[in-house]
Amino acid sequence: MSALRPDLAVIAGAVAPGSRVLDIGCGDGSLLAALRDQRDCDARGMELDPGNVAQCVGRGLSVIQGDADADLAFYPDLSFDCAILSQTLQTTMRPDRVLDELLRIGRTAFVSFPNFAHWRVRLSLLFGGRMPVTHSLPVAWYETQNIHHVTVDDFRGLVADRGYRIEHTWFLSGDRRTTGPAPNLMAEHAIFQLSR
Amino acid sequence: MADAPILTTSTTLALAEPLTLDGGQQLEGVRVAYETYGTLNANKSNAIVIFHALTGDHHVASPHPITGKPGWWARMVGPGLPIDTDQFFIICANVLGGCMGSTGPASQAPDGMPFAMRFPVITIRDMVRAQVALLDSLGIDTLHAVIGGSMGGMQALSFAANWPERTRAALVIASAARHSAQNIAFHEVGRQAIMADPKWLDGDYYWQGKGPESGLAVARMAAHITYLSEAGLTEKFGRRLQNRETKTFGFDADFQVESYLRYQGLSFTDRFDANSYLYITRAMDYFDLAEEHGGLLADAFARSTARFCLVSFDTDWLYPTIESRSIAHALNAAGAQVSFMELSAPFGHDSFLLDVPALDRVVAGFLSA
Repeated sequence: MSALRPDLAVIAGAVAPGSRVLDIGCGDGSLLAALRDQRDCDARGMELDPGNVAQCVGRGLSVIQGDADADLAFYPDLSFDCAILSQTLQTTMRPDRVLDELLRIGRTAFVSFPNFAHWRVRLSLLFGGRMPVTHSLPVAWYETQNIHHVTVDDFRGLVADRGYRIEHTWFLSGDRRTTGPAPNLMAEHAIFQLSR
Repeated sequence: MADAPILTTSTTLALAEPLTLDGGQQLEGVRVAYETYGTLNANKSNAIVIFHALTGDHHVASPHPITGKPGWWARMVGPGLPIDTDQFFIICANVLGGCMGSTGPASQAPDGMPFAMRFPVITIRDMVRAQVALLDSLGIDTLHAVIGGSMGGMQALSFAANWPERTRAALVIASAARHSAQNIAFHEVGRQAIMADPKWLDGDYYWQGKGPESGLAVARMAAHITYLSEAGLTEKFGRRLQNRETKTFGFDADFQVESYLRYQGLSFTDRFDANSYLYITRAMDYFDLAEEHGGLLADAFARSTARFCLVSFDTDWLYPTIESRSIAHALNAAGAQVSFMELSAPFGHDSFLLDVPALDRVVAGFLSA
């Protein structure tokens, strides 16, 4: 099996074996397949792109073509142990409502996103004066799917405002785990595990 | 690959027991015509039932006995094809109410005369009942999958909902869990065209040649439009004229699209019984899977442990994507394993029968999982 994207590898390692999992924005199903094959999970997905959905079905996964903003409402309360939203929050119309849906559907939620306050992004904006194009934000402003850029501290703020609990955090720098200080400055990617 | 010889067996089963219908009647002496492809394995675990659509039949991948044309899903069913007959044992039966060998309005009633309009009004679930009886006679308890497009998808849904322990998977393509007002409306146009034909004779036309051919042809013409997309019609015909340079200022088939529809209508009457068309369209109009299960579609699937896959097409306005998506949502709510996708294809509702490589991949992938 090909190596998982680093944030997905973190999540795959943190999901309890045998869990019922919904991966929203599951792409080609790499994480779902890993959770099914290695963690014995009942893993389901939602994905916007029909080509990706077809690929998932070809891997024997149960994936629904749908949109995190519109289609989560059809899942019953607490129908999953765990809802996953990897690198998708910043592409949604209403990240706050999507977050509410995650913690309505799942007992816990994993959310990963590129940190817009990483020092490289800051420097790029400060000195370049242009919207940053970096390793973790590789697409120009006019064609990026990221319509709601978010920082580690912004996300902590949203979580606090909604009254959710942060169970765990992981930070990545250059695809590696970083445990150093000031993640809002030093982390390129953040992964949060949340609960109600 | 499509030219590879395909081994089929065409048979008719006479049901030993009467069939109890949703309308309350018991139908005696029911016959079910069916074909099989491939080989049933020793533990009978590799069987797939394909349910056909409104005007289809059991000749899914063998030449049609009347038209000589290849089977309606010959591009999908065969050795090495997405529904692989080297791997699976495929069963396809003519539906109850049909006219290609299974009991329908043209069949003999106990009094030796054709049923005609004395044939009981049947439902999609009745069609499935007849095919469950076929499975019983073949000694097959649990299917690898049920598959169907359009009305075949309705039967697949009905099978998975009402006989949940008898299939491990259901693949439903370009279908719906109930007929909409628009669907019913189009069918009513077709039925009225048949019944308005003076040769229909209240259905008792069987000793008068071919019966209401004009009415049946018009019904088919109207229905055929609903199977295609506007863009598809435009691309295929535009406003091009048929074998002429200018308009004739008359009512001949000046336009290619008129000529095409007239041909479709007329050729249909060679292979289809008008009363069957009435009964089968009625069964589709009556179909409402949620209503059968107390009004909530999710409850229809409460006992199902099967994997489901729903596929819609972006240009299908007869059974649009929202129908498949609502089924997917209901299955989700029931906690079923469900996949759903809308594929892009230019051919409207008929996309499920035509060359859509993405569909081939989904079908093969879903069945092999």
